[in-house]
Amino acid sequence: MIQVTDRPLSIDDCVRAVQSPDCGGIAVFVGTVRDNSEGKATDHLEYEAYTEMAEETIASIAGEASSRWPIAKYAVQHRTGELGIGEISVVVAVSAPHRPEAFDACRYIIDQLKARAPIWKKESGESGEVWVGGPGELG
Amino acid sequence: MRVTMRLFAGHRERAGTDRLQLDLPNDSTAHDAFLALAQRYPALGETEPFTTFARNRQVVGPAEPLGDGDEVALLQPVSGG
Repeated sequence: MIQVTDRPLSIDDCVRAVQSPDCGGIAVFVGTVRDNSEGKATDHLEYEAYTEMAEETIASIAGEASSRWPIAKYAVQHRTGELGIGEISVVVAVSAPHRPEAFDACRYIIDQLKARAPIWKKESGESGEVWVGGPGELG
Repeated sequence: MRVTMRLFAGHRERAGTDRLQLDLPNDSTAHDAFLALAQRYPALGETEPFTTFARNRQVVGPAEPLGDGDEVALLQPVSGG
């Protein structure tokens, strides 16, 4: 299951989607909105995605994880729209026969998602509004 | 040829639109599409050093040749997660 959605994410749905009788474990990463960025207070975040391409990119990343580790199933949800402090922005769940590959594949998927998926975050807070890492930082 | 441009985040805000049709000469590249857009929306000009491209949802270089009916996206450095 791969979803980029403006609706609240469900850790339960992700875990259920990857449960498998031949697996001994499920690794889950949950990303949440932090109340600060580089020492400055954050009020809220806004995520925007190129949804179709983001879902395809995440599917490619999950495919890479599947060929690299003997994992059973994966589920990834990423939220878009405005999120308050503490809200869940991303969930990655991976099931595998044994925990090392579940942890490794889960980490690979979230790390690569952050590096490659066409999704952008705007921070609003003490330092104004800025698209992180992008031309918004020009002002 | 006619392509569909998709803009997001800082590009979208600068242009004031998230999608538009663009008529380009044949043999145009992704970078040519950017220049045509920056002419129409001058505020996009300063994004050039940050901007990369996707053609039909695949990341491509600025010299990528475009074809009629392509969907071309301007991408800024990503920050999801």
